Amino acid sequence: MTQFKLNAEELEQAFQNRIDDEQKIEPKDWMPEAYRKNLIRQMSQHAHSEVIGMQPEGNWISRAPTLRRKMILLAKVQDEGGHGLYLYSATETLGITREELVEALQNGTAKYASIFNYPSLTWADIGTIGWLVDGAAIVNQISLQRTSYGPYARAMVRICKEESFHQRQGFESLVVLANGSAEQKAMAQDALNRWWWPSLMMFGPHDAESAHSAQSMKWKIKRKSNDELRQAFVDQTIPQIEFLGLKVPDDDLKWNEERGHYDFGAIDWDEFLRVVSGKGMCNKQRVEHHKKVHDDGAWVREAMRAYKVKTLDRNRMKEAS
Amino acid sequence: MSNTESTTRENTLEYSIGLGDDSLMLGQRLAEWCRNAPLLEEDLAISNVALDFIGRANMFYEYAVELAKVTGGVFKNQSVDDIAYLRDSREYLNLLIFEMPIGDFAYTMTRQLIVDLFNVDYFTALSASSDSRLAAIAAKTLKESKYHLRRSHEWALRLGDGTEESHTRMQNAVNELWGYTPELFEMSETELALLPAGISVDRAALFDTWEARVSGILNEATLDHPPGDWQVTGGRAGVHTEYHGHLLSEMQFLQRAYPGLAW
Ligand SMILES: [Fe+2]
Ligand SMILES: [Fe+2]
Ligand SMILES: [Fe+2]
Repeated sequence: MTQFKLNAEELEQAFQNRIDDEQKIEPKDWMPEAYRKNLIRQMSQHAHSEVIGMQPEGNWISRAPTLRRKMILLAKVQDEGGHGLYLYSATETLGITREELVEALQNGTAKYASIFNYPSLTWADIGTIGWLVDGAAIVNQISLQRTSYGPYARAMVRICKEESFHQRQGFESLVVLANGSAEQKAMAQDALNRWWWPSLMMFGPHDAESAHSAQSMKWKIKRKSNDELRQAFVDQTIPQIEFLGLKVPDDDLKWNEERGHYDFGAIDWDEFLRVVSGKGMCNKQRVEHHKKVHDDGAWVREAMRAYKVKTLDRNRMKEAS
Repeated sequence: MSNTESTTRENTLEYSIGLGDDSLMLGQRLAEWCRNAPLLEEDLAISNVALDFIGRANMFYEYAVELAKVTGGVFKNQSVDDIAYLRDSREYLNLLIFEMPIGDFAYTMTRQLIVDLFNVDYFTALSASSDSRLAAIAAKTLKESKYHLRRSHEWALRLGDGTEESHTRMQNAVNELWGYTPELFEMSETELALLPAGISVDRAALFDTWEARVSGILNEATLDHPPGDWQVTGGRAGVHTEYHGHLLSEMQFLQRAYPGLAW
């Protein structure tokens, strides 16, 4: 068989052909450096979001109002940590270590979902995060089950199942509040008021303004545009809000018969940029917490390494004697 | 219903609540590690253990709720959550070791080693209880505790025989916690009353095995056996540490701020 040496341009063309052909790209396959970088950015951002999201939700584990709710919440936050681990491993297949990824999170070069820079203030926030934030994540992640990078696509399939479970549990917890006392209803409405717009912002800037979108679509890292996904989320969520008997905090929201979609009001992109750029209520707190926990745990990780070395040495001695 | 029968039922109710309180306090404490552990893998693993303990509390309280339907008294018509959330510190019957703060990771894992070792033997014995309901809960619990012990044993070795710092932290933890261990082997009046019928477990009888096993592990982990010159008890009589009330005020916040609601 003749050996071909493809030049860079031909390699890229062959790569694009595989993408166009809906073939999955696997870790050992050749890929353009920009594709790899783009994926590392997106996947690690996803992993960091799972981990940072443990903070606002974890904030209520000790105060959950019943044993059942406590177990559900603890298991949910644990799941999110598991998603983080799984996504870090998937990202590591691109030739980067978890240590490097965590370092990028801590020094601010890597981002995480900006919604976690808002505080979780009442118990209703916990149900609302499960319902809206996991709900928005699912809309995005269902489309990512068909993303071109194999390990990421497979991670999404597995993670989506659990996210749906979280979303249902969050909604169910809000149903109880919405049908509860006047105080509980007010708590639920207040949480919706605070989390609604940040949830819509989770899908990122409008397509025209999205920095990474065009190339990501071409490489099929992204499969649907930010605006398409946002619309799908609004369309699926409005009936749920109606079911709860709560009010959407958007006076411009109305069903558009012609489009077959809900029209909704203008998103406050200044607010979005303010929080993305680090000026939200909890940006500092989230990263500082992550650093503190990491630093406080350094001695444990060192002890693990030291013990492992000692054990290996001992086993070697045993074998030698 | 004979007099002894109803006394036994009342004692079993109190016994269940005590075991439930032990589990709930430790579950509540362990859950504090979730998002605060030294590595993400441990956030998950400790949360698992915490879930086991909270689930266990739930089972013991469920049994208490059923018993209270017959016995009447203060717990009559109460739900699991009423029992878990609506008592003051003096009414909780947990042993002190379960309510102590999480401390550092060495302290948490040392407490786990102490109680996991104890629990494996305790629930082995309770799974043979003449009360079939307690026996069933114990059987489920025993499987979990065996797994917990594998973990805490492993961590004791890693940290005790890891670095100088981890060794020092472990030794401090062992020394600090030791004074709370005798209470694990102290029989309350309720437990004594249930013993002849084979319902409760003879804690005192578990001491020698526990002491031998824990000493063995400490030794293996290059840790010294503490002198044991200080010890306290009081939990089963509702006399708790000052930490207890703060744990409760956090845990009970919503139930207290919005009484009588469904969540
Ligand atoms: Fe997740
Ligand atoms: Fe997610
Ligand atoms: Fe989730």
